[in-house]
Amino acid sequence: MSKQITFTIDGETCKAEEGTYILDAARKNNKYIPTLCNLEGIPPKGACRMCTVKINGKLVTSCTTRVTDGMQIESEDPGLDDLRKSILEMLFVEGNHLCPSCEKSGSCELQALAYRYRMTVPRYPFFFPRRNIDSTHPKIIKDHNRCILCKRCIRAIKDQNGKSIFAFLNRGHHTKIYVDPDLADKLTDELADRAVEICPVGAIMKRGDGFKDPIGERKYDKQPIGSELEQQL
Amino acid sequence: MAQKVTISPVTRVEGHGKVTIKLDDEGHVTQSRFHIVEFRGFERFVQGRPYWEAPVLVQRLCGICPVSHHLGAAKAVDMIVGAGAGDGLTPTGEKMRRLMHYGQILQSHALHFFHLTSPDLLLGIDADPAVRNVIGVARSPDYKDLAVQGVMMRKFGQEIIEATAGKKIHGTGAIPGGINKSLSLEERDRFLKGKDPLNADTMIDWAEAAVALFRDYHQKHREMIDGYSQFPSNHLSLVGRDGALDLYHGKLRAVDADGKKILNDVNYQDYLSHIAEEVRSWTYMKFPFLTNLGNEKGWYRVGPLARLNTCDFIPTPRAQKAFEEFKAYTGGKPDNMCMHTHWARLIEALFAAESIKELLEDPDLQGEDRVVKGTRQNEGIGLIEAPRGTLFHHYRVNEFDQIQMANLIVSTTNNNQAMNEAVGQVARREMDGQKTITEPMMNAVEVAIRAYDPCLSCATHALGKMPLEITLLNHNEEVVDRKSRHTNGVQQN
Repeated sequence: MSKQITFTIDGETCKAEEGTYILDAARKNNKYIPTLCNLEGIPPKGACRMCTVKINGKLVTSCTTRVTDGMQIESEDPGLDDLRKSILEMLFVEGNHLCPSCEKSGSCELQALAYRYRMTVPRYPFFFPRRNIDSTHPKIIKDHNRCILCKRCIRAIKDQNGKSIFAFLNRGHHTKIYVDPDLADKLTDELADRAVEICPVGAIMKRGDGFKDPIGERKYDKQPIGSELEQQL
Repeated sequence: MAQKVTISPVTRVEGHGKVTIKLDDEGHVTQSRFHIVEFRGFERFVQGRPYWEAPVLVQRLCGICPVSHHLGAAKAVDMIVGAGAGDGLTPTGEKMRRLMHYGQILQSHALHFFHLTSPDLLLGIDADPAVRNVIGVARSPDYKDLAVQGVMMRKFGQEIIEATAGKKIHGTGAIPGGINKSLSLEERDRFLKGKDPLNADTMIDWAEAAVALFRDYHQKHREMIDGYSQFPSNHLSLVGRDGALDLYHGKLRAVDADGKKILNDVNYQDYLSHIAEEVRSWTYMKFPFLTNLGNEKGWYRVGPLARLNTCDFIPTPRAQKAFEEFKAYTGGKPDNMCMHTHWARLIEALFAAESIKELLEDPDLQGEDRVVKGTRQNEGIGLIEAPRGTLFHHYRVNEFDQIQMANLIVSTTNNNQAMNEAVGQVARREMDGQKTITEPMMNAVEVAIRAYDPCLSCATHALGKMPLEITLLNHNEEVVDRKSRHTNGVQQN
């Protein structure tokens, strides 16, 4: 059995197994650290930077940094809050996130975090990029306007041989997700549902199935993001 | 000296418009136009989006009656998912949508009569503009209770919308092939047995009292109401299969000024064979007309007045009684008096309130079978009677579920010619030969427009079809080149 270590998050003593990533250790101690790319049980990527915390004055991503004995982690302070808010604002201006007509609205992690961090008007100018919708796959539609390139779908949706069905195409700000043509038929209904579920935004949608959840019963209608952990305290 | 009178913006209407009236040297009106000066373009930017987004996306063009667009688009996408053209839904699906729609009719008609129109009627067209508004009505000792009723009727309608669509404004209830929620027993009981005044019975009583209020006002001001703006026109609306007033689904019927059927209960899926649109350079709003009569004689009115002129009866008892009095006034012939639109609107509000109660008592609203789907189609046309009149939604999608074409003919667009006629008539009567143009004269023009309850923000979607002429002159002002684009979008040298 791994060694139990003790550390603090915002001054509160926490315990975890040695070698655990800070984000996972925080979850186990009912402490919420925001993230858009991390998924429990999937190797971390550090793509979105939302989980940035401060250790000895240094900024690190908590999903890719392992906790050590005696570590003092700062997660909630005005500076970090503003940093996370600025990341959200960059994500919003970089794509075309039009919540009013998006079927993920109410269940969208990006939107939910924007509410949590009280984002109103972004401090950065909107890019308004010209992006398209890829609806060539029979089970899903990919709306590149909404994709934040978190790589969740690439890391979590795999065929029976462990090969990623999704992949990145192009480079730089032309990067977009696509379904590997050789593996397209491996995307079963179950995997398609899972891809829609883990997408933190509305970039992957099930074809023909929009707006099934009525307002009031969507994921974040009743419970703000993070509160499932914070209510445990 | 010739002069131009501009009323900008036209007030107490939804959206932005202006009126220009040209007077010659003798002070005679030579030209009057009602311009729509805002541009929206939803028909274009819905292209490329998945079809199931249409009911949620397109309704954003309006905050007053988004439910109409929500349901118009939903009826169109019902066809795309193979759920039939308006009558193929499950009982729960259709009745929940109808409840949503009648909540919408009630709140919108209450908004229009009490908030936008009552200041003109109750305080006077020539009253001080500073008090000629709903606050002025609420402060008036005689009408204080009436203003409160207006606000509460709107609230009740909005709460019906919230219970069916999820939100009071811009909900998501109607989805392709049905609805995404049923009405809970708690919600039903709140609307049926809620504490006064927020229950269906009180709404019916108040709506009936509003009809009586108008009738009483009419008796005292018959000359003004009847003669304010009156001109013969065609009238168009949906009617139920049995000729009943039906605001959700039915056949398309048009009658001329004498009541002769000029569109005899046709299937609205064929609307393109019966209706065309003309574009004019000075406004963003198109001019629809019946193709069998042409653009000169084929223009028509839509909305409450038109609906009561086309339908044979109203299927709720108290509204039917009011309808019989309404019809008797013109001897059963179509009513072409513009200000009678308010009368018709209030009868419809009563019909909506009665319909809401009937639907609330129907156990189908608690059903769980909410969605049907059939064979996928590439095209869908949805028609609905919005508070302001007949609303057309037409979408074509590709094999990848993306919208390729959208055509919206919005209620206010259908009334474009009628509003221009009304503006011209009132302008000539009020301003012809006058030395000074006063504020009450200008408000008199607005009163005629207001009778149609126009929603200008909904009505402006033409893109790439505006007629345009560009002339290139050299420094001596000689024409070097000239290019023009016609209303069909074709460029000519």
